[in-house]
Amino acid sequence: MSTLLSFRDVWVEYGDRIIIEKLNLDIEEGAFVSIVGPSGAGKSSFLRLILGQEGPSRGVITLDDTPLKPECGPDRGVVFQRYSVFPHLTALRNTILGLECEKAPVLGRLFGSARRAAVEEATEMLTAVGLGHSLDLYPAQMSGGMQQRLAIAQALVKRPRILLLDEPFGALDPGIRADMHALIRNLWRKYSLTIVMVTHDIREAFSLGTRVLALDKRRHDPHAPHRFGATVVYDLPMRERAEETEAE
Amino acid sequence: MRWVNRQVGRGGRVLLGAVPILLLLLVYIVMAASRHAVNPADKILPLPGAMAESMSALLFVPDQLTGQLVFWADTMASLQRLGIGLGISTLMALVVGLALGVLPPVRATFGPLVTGIAVIPPIALLPILFIALGLGETSKVALIVIGIAPVMIRDIAAHVSALPREQVIKALTLGANSWQVMIRVALPQAMPRLLHAIRLALGPAWVFLISAEAIASDVGLGYRIFLVRRYLSMDVILPYVAWIALLAIAMDMALTFLSHRLFPWAHGESH
Repeated sequence: MSTLLSFRDVWVEYGDRIIIEKLNLDIEEGAFVSIVGPSGAGKSSFLRLILGQEGPSRGVITLDDTPLKPECGPDRGVVFQRYSVFPHLTALRNTILGLECEKAPVLGRLFGSARRAAVEEATEMLTAVGLGHSLDLYPAQMSGGMQQRLAIAQALVKRPRILLLDEPFGALDPGIRADMHALIRNLWRKYSLTIVMVTHDIREAFSLGTRVLALDKRRHDPHAPHRFGATVVYDLPMRERAEETEAE
Repeated sequence: MRWVNRQVGRGGRVLLGAVPILLLLLVYIVMAASRHAVNPADKILPLPGAMAESMSALLFVPDQLTGQLVFWADTMASLQRLGIGLGISTLMALVVGLALGVLPPVRATFGPLVTGIAVIPPIALLPILFIALGLGETSKVALIVIGIAPVMIRDIAAHVSALPREQVIKALTLGANSWQVMIRVALPQAMPRLLHAIRLALGPAWVFLISAEAIASDVGLGYRIFLVRRYLSMDVILPYVAWIALLAIAMDMALTFLSHRLFPWAHGESH
């Protein structure tokens, strides 16, 4: 498979504090990459780099062989642990928003046949994540799991090149989490997604990912712990699994 | 049962809420009656009958000079000034507050100016307004705007910039530009806060209105109160004050009702 996202000698530094050092990495199209690592090992910085929330201090990140601009864009979708959905919009309107932004730059709203087409597309996506019967609910009326489903639908309706998940299931209880694992795996297959997921849950990382990356510091200076940054210390390709291993 | 756990029902709340008000009225009537027993011509604490008599003249008898019903003319003039002042302030709060809250360059440019204007006591600017804008309606409305708009702008700007960063990022990954973030993400979530800000601004707005009317005017609730003060006409002042209180309460309740009606998602009612 072809390389979608590539890091070439990437450093992230804040002043004299080094967060990520000398990161070289290629992520192939269609991969499901889990990122694990201790707190403070640059997992969030890594995600922010891909998201475009910040740029690298040194080095180049390319998406489809074009350097990434340090700004968020519609080619990268994201689901955060919380606050991913807009509280003032119903599920359907939350999902349509992405389509409206693209086609209505001034009003931010669609009308007539364009709107009907958008509603249809959004409804289809919401049905795919299992929210087909909750189109008119506000996020405050939904459970945590439903809100995350909505956040996923909201991101996927834009057909992003890469989907970023920042501890998406961290706030959910175990039963719901298992359902969500099955859902995200199905969506990944159905839409041939490329997913990068940051997680604290090692089990989740190994059961979902086709590749597990562990971020940590290679070297440690006890007198100046901030002078060494984190990089990929383990890069574990998972072998293809049969469906049955999904039982959790 | 401990007091923190004692819930009061709907009927109980009305009853308990009425007790101190009725008690206060009773105390007033007793004091007024005892003063009138000593001096039947007492003007300081008029009896309800005297108040009704002088108010009916203002309510129903046209003024000889202007041909208007004084009470209603006063009310309309004051409400018009208050309405225009509140309207302009609300619009400013929405436009400026939104831009300050969402766009960092705008915040860096105009944030200090808004803060600077907000800390000036508005009454200190009243002479400037009278000199610059004359003694007409403009200066009175301008005082209300200068008095409440900066506070409302800062409130909206703070509320908008406190929206979770994740929401803005999410909108950007959905392809939104700055304008769309403002009108689709920030504006709708600022609206309930705006109504709340108007409620909080109502108090100061009345203060500035009455001040402006007291100093230079020929009609208005504040003007009337300060006019009849010269004749110790407590029988007019007290009903006027009660009327102002009633108007303020009505506006507050209307805004609360409107907010619940228009933005149910912001009040967690349908949960």
